[in-house]
Amino acid sequence: MTKLLQTIVDGLGVGSTYALLALGISLIFGVMHLVNFAHGELITVGAYVSYFFFLHGGSWWWMPVAIIGSAMLASVATELVAFRWVRNASPFTLLLTSFALERLSHALWQILVSPKQRAFPKPSWVFYQFKLGGISFEWMDIVTILVTAATLLLTALVFKRTMFGISVRGAAEDFDAARLMGVRANRVISGAFAFAGLLAGVAACLILMRSPSADPSMGSDWLMKAVIAAVVGGLGSFSGAVIGGLVLGLLETLTRAYLPEVATGWDKFSTAVTFVVIAAFFVARPDGIFKVSHAERV
Amino acid sequence: MLEVDQITTRYGAITALHGASLEVREGELVALVGPNGAGKTTLLNTVAGLLRPASGTVRLEGNDITGAEPARLVRAGLALVPEHRRIFKDLTVEENLRLGGATVPAGERRSRLAEAPELFPVLKAKWNTAAGFLSGGEAQQLAVARALMSNPRLLLLDEPTLGLAPTLIDVVFELLQRLREQGRTMLVVEQNATRILRLADRGYLLRTGRIVAEGTGAELAADGALFDSFIGGHAEGGTA
Repeated sequence: MTKLLQTIVDGLGVGSTYALLALGISLIFGVMHLVNFAHGELITVGAYVSYFFFLHGGSWWWMPVAIIGSAMLASVATELVAFRWVRNASPFTLLLTSFALERLSHALWQILVSPKQRAFPKPSWVFYQFKLGGISFEWMDIVTILVTAATLLLTALVFKRTMFGISVRGAAEDFDAARLMGVRANRVISGAFAFAGLLAGVAACLILMRSPSADPSMGSDWLMKAVIAAVVGGLGSFSGAVIGGLVLGLLETLTRAYLPEVATGWDKFSTAVTFVVIAAFFVARPDGIFKVSHAERV
Repeated sequence: MLEVDQITTRYGAITALHGASLEVREGELVALVGPNGAGKTTLLNTVAGLLRPASGTVRLEGNDITGAEPARLVRAGLALVPEHRRIFKDLTVEENLRLGGATVPAGERRSRLAEAPELFPVLKAKWNTAAGFLSGGEAQQLAVARALMSNPRLLLLDEPTLGLAPTLIDVVFELLQRLREQGRTMLVVEQNATRILRLADRGYLLRTGRIVAEGTGAELAADGALFDSFIGGHAEGGTA
């Protein structure tokens, strides 16, 4: 029972990080029909910015601001210098552009810093534990869940209440109709990239507090999981992305914890089992949890 | 108010409009009629900035707006109720209306939003419903209400009665009548040719991308060319 509860809390922790990333991917897919494979690089940017600041006397007190700020800037910059110019090209061109950006990012960090991993200090309290009803939790678990909940609440408010949010949702459904309302395409797309950057920045903070290190290809693992979470949820659906992320996180930790540890170590198959479950899910529901049935952009 | 001068618009190799010209004066309701495939929607979409003409000019209140972005045109006082309405089905009625007022200052948007339920009583009960759940008639009223949120000086309507039941067609015509009485300048594309021409100040007949007749609503309604155009439109065929 204790093990189950702890596993669930762990799963929600990892899953909420996936959810934040998947939400950004879903958001960009909504306004541009682009699955942004460069999205994970925003974590890498945050990691190297942290590494740089810690070399020059940084502190975790203000590091989240630097991480989130740099992720937002990087996200908006990729749109400005890369995606804007191929906006009306085929989805395949957009996809290739994002692959190119991802590779470019890997190469840049290898050249500018080092191909090797660079570590920096973690916040002192991360692995402090406290007991609740006989079960011990880490502070980081609680921080992760609270920060994610607050971020999701903010996201819901922005997309429900503000003109920016309503414009993005309208543009995601029918871009030309949104233009006819006077919505400026550049502004709405830039804004969507900024918001996706914010979400990735928050995710990066949570990731880097647990494992404070930077390496050139660290974004890719997270990206793959986030894309899967977004697709499981139904690309373009916000609540789907969140649920997809949480489900994926729970599946991973549960399979890791409960797969039988017979001689060969079945727990190592956790990822494989997770993917098999997801593949089976897609056979049953090819469009994800929430089907998004928008008309194609003309 | 609006001058369309010798507009030619192409979709790739296909020319949909061949130097079409028309004019809408302040306070007028102008009807644009013609058979399917004549280029009526192309003309409205070109005026509204969704399509860029290959040649010709469009002027709004004397300013050249040829090929301008829709975002600029809305700010210049033009709004289009597009073909098939294209309301945002995932957004609520209220959110659709707010988005319609995307270009107006927040205070003004709020006061227009407060007036909307009086002007369109059917929307009141569905205020927080996703627009995808509205009936055809409600959706059409929402599309018009949404366009009016920017308080356009020129309102373009593309087939506002398309797909509606006869009683709802009456509702839409009453709405057009009401807007006309308020002095709203309108250019309306309508399949229901005789009926819209009875309401319109003037009309244009478009066939295979060319304006083939123009006149007052009554003149055109009595014109045999109109009738022939609908019947004979297919025999000539093609958009060449």
